[in-house]
Amino acid sequence: MASTFETVADIIAETSDIARESINPDSHIMKDLGVDSLAFLDIAFEIDQRFNIQMPIEDWMQNVNQGGQDSAEYFVLGNLCRHIDALVAKPVAA
Amino acid sequence: MRLEYFQMLDRVDEIDREAMLIRAGSEVPDASPVFDGHFPGHALVPGVLLLETMAQASGYLLLALDGFKRMPFLASAKQASFRAFVVPGDRLDISARRIHDGSGYAVTQAQISRGGEVVADAQLMLRLVPFPVSALEEHVRNEGRRLGFLGEA
Repeated sequence: MASTFETVADIIAETSDIARESINPDSHIMKDLGVDSLAFLDIAFEIDQRFNIQMPIEDWMQNVNQGGQDSAEYFVLGNLCRHIDALVAKPVAA
Repeated sequence: MRLEYFQMLDRVDEIDREAMLIRAGSEVPDASPVFDGHFPGHALVPGVLLLETMAQASGYLLLALDGFKRMPFLASAKQASFRAFVVPGDRLDISARRIHDGSGYAVTQAQISRGGEVVADAQLMLRLVPFPVSALEEHVRNEGRRLGFLGEA
């Protein structure tokens, strides 16, 4: 079974036409890979569907814009995968 | 349908919150300045306006589901197909179903049919953002009343 990182990296490569080998756990999706906000929505849609989750992008962006977190916390791939794993592990509300 | 005003829907027939589905109807006018150029002697509703029609149905669905809290803006269209010519006088049935509720965005599958035949379909992504100006919120609420479904919001 593919790891979360492998799955997410494949999604980014497929949706954004970025060479798979250039994507690593330290890559910042926007700053290093050049993904723009629209392309990120395509990535988010694929991740949401593939992992059956809803990434709280609005909350993340609010945290970043209000200075509570650096964007690397959510958009460096290793960190993003950690958040995805946490969302997958989260029990579904009844 | 008033093409030159981008008023693509005539009415909303149904919003099914459980199925996350909207059904709407519209009649292509017999005359419009749009047909002067598209095309002389061979009037056709442009594909981009069919896409806009599906986007508006999707947008009103999301507005209704979200209680008119945020404005949906078309962000992308995938697998858009225009399967048959749409001409003056055609009566169109438009439907859209929300297939994904993301954070700050939603994805719909929309289609237009005529007499049971699908003439256009697409998967649409819409961003959901706070209304940038109150005039826009007022406009979409007025349109919701015109289309006959605002009471459901």
